[in-house]
Amino acid sequence: MMNQIKTEWFSNVKGDVLAGIVVALALIPEAIAFSIIAGVDPMVGLYASFCIAVITAFIGGRPGMISAATGAMALLMVPLVRDHGLQYLLAATLLTGVIQFLFGVLKIAKLMKFIPRAVMIGFVNALAILIFMAQIPHFVGISALTYVFVAATLLIVYGLPRFFKAIPAPLIAIVVLTVAAIVGNVQIGTVGDLGTITQSLPSFLIPNVPFNLETLIIILPFSVSLAIVGLVESLLTASIVDDMTETGSNKNKEARGQGIANFATGFFGGMAGCAMIGQTVINVKSGGRGRLSTLTAGVFLMFLILVLGGLVVQIPMPVLAGIMIMVSIGTFDWSSFSYLRKAPKSDVIVMLVTVAIVVVTDNLAIGVFAGVLLSAILFAAKISGIKVAKHISGGQIVFKVQGQLFFASVEEFVDSFDFELTHADIILDFSQAHVWDDSGVGAVDKVVIKYRVGENKVRVEGLNPSSEKIIKRLAVYHDANAQLKSH
Amino acid sequence: MYSNILLAADGSENAVRAANEALAIASVMPGCKIEILFVIDDSKVKEEVLHSQNEEERQYKRHQKLLPIEDVFAGRNIDHKITIIHGDPGPVIVDYAKRNQVDLIILGSRGLNALQEFVLGSVSHKVVKRAACPVMIVK
Repeated sequence: MMNQIKTEWFSNVKGDVLAGIVVALALIPEAIAFSIIAGVDPMVGLYASFCIAVITAFIGGRPGMISAATGAMALLMVPLVRDHGLQYLLAATLLTGVIQFLFGVLKIAKLMKFIPRAVMIGFVNALAILIFMAQIPHFVGISALTYVFVAATLLIVYGLPRFFKAIPAPLIAIVVLTVAAIVGNVQIGTVGDLGTITQSLPSFLIPNVPFNLETLIIILPFSVSLAIVGLVESLLTASIVDDMTETGSNKNKEARGQGIANFATGFFGGMAGCAMIGQTVINVKSGGRGRLSTLTAGVFLMFLILVLGGLVVQIPMPVLAGIMIMVSIGTFDWSSFSYLRKAPKSDVIVMLVTVAIVVVTDNLAIGVFAGVLLSAILFAAKISGIKVAKHISGGQIVFKVQGQLFFASVEEFVDSFDFELTHADIILDFSQAHVWDDSGVGAVDKVVIKYRVGENKVRVEGLNPSSEKIIKRLAVYHDANAQLKSH
Repeated sequence: MYSNILLAADGSENAVRAANEALAIASVMPGCKIEILFVIDDSKVKEEVLHSQNEEERQYKRHQKLLPIEDVFAGRNIDHKITIIHGDPGPVIVDYAKRNQVDLIILGSRGLNALQEFVLGSVSHKVVKRAACPVMIVK
């Protein structure tokens, strides 16, 4: 136990502290921009980033992972904030935490393996598209100067890292262009036009909503979506860290930790968050490995806001928009284009449908759900092909069945038999088939009993153990006088 | 003359060409060892995780990338071993060579144009600039 604490916290102190500082610097613009996407004051995202990072540092399941306010979560909150306001968002954040904690306790993280990669690829692509689209109102058709600021931002964030890497380029873009805007006294929209910054630590407060059923009905759908999307992104991020660092992590502990972090964040005026893919990769690349890196990121972020908060309101909006364009380009999975050409058609359809549904509904949770459902249906369709071959050996007529017999394949199965036969010796050979469910058993019953009506002698052979078990339990054909029941 | 060659491999065709050069050099130098260094690029991990259902599939795909290189050395009676590490390819190759007394680094050139090189950064350029031993770039 002590040993584990020592490795998770103090085995990489210098690397963790430096990486944590880099992450805090890179986190500020994102936390502000995601608050603006959600439609709340920048402080809501900044408090959330501080609380979530600090809490997951202690109780998260994946050391070295950065959790804070994220775009995926912010996008889900838009309608709630627009229709009901901040207090309901805070209440929804509490409930999100409770749901995620339960997911962790019930070991739901294991179910992640049922989310096909086509859905995950669709998820990140849809996320990138939505983040990009959310920036359009902040720079398109405002003024020529706005475009200049966006272009300057992109030039800095993509060009500068070629020569200088010690400080994250987005922060340099913000500092340089904010100073340029102030010194040049230019007319340009700023963060201050969209919200206020308070230079104080978050304080404990209970969301100011009526605690009744009506409130629950309003926030529940949002909380469920937030809980699912938060876990999907966090567990994907955890897998990335696992791979980069060649270490394992506890996914259920991560779900519980994130639940507690979100629950607490709701009481401190922050919005629900989850793990951030981009920031986490920055952390690991900068040398962050342990829990200390996440803690440093959260604490240093808060420190910067306390010291520099007054300047944040003067950041020109197009600069933030430019940084978010970079974030969306980094989030998008560019290898999707070769995936479109190389992957199986059904996977490509699932990926595109996931993206399309998210973009139409503005809801990543619905996209994931639809994608999983569609791929389940396509999978069932793919394996439901069943073949019945008829051949005659030694006076017996053998029907050799090949494939999976379940609800989706029973019709094809029954239609494959020739029921004109009478007074024959028939064998149904299941040695290359598997009976999966009661519909499958019902179909076997139907075939056997139909042949018996034609005075045929029928035997079922070659069932594998699990098929035999379900047949024994459910089939009626063993009774020579059995009638077809209505399956 | 060379006793410890480092061959940087990334699963591309250029790496296979580099492997053939490494083989040609090592075959005329008795006692020469080849260390095949396969760097898993940190910037591509997100993509690899996203495009594989689980860790098994990821390992399998990575090993598949190494097969063409293994083929080059198969049955050639040249002392070689494969090392797989994570990191940013350029610095990792340089650092690994310094720590393991490598006396020649061989790597393939991807043949990027000016724009690609600006965006992606040239691994061979970084290695040549910072390595402490001779570097052979195979075109």
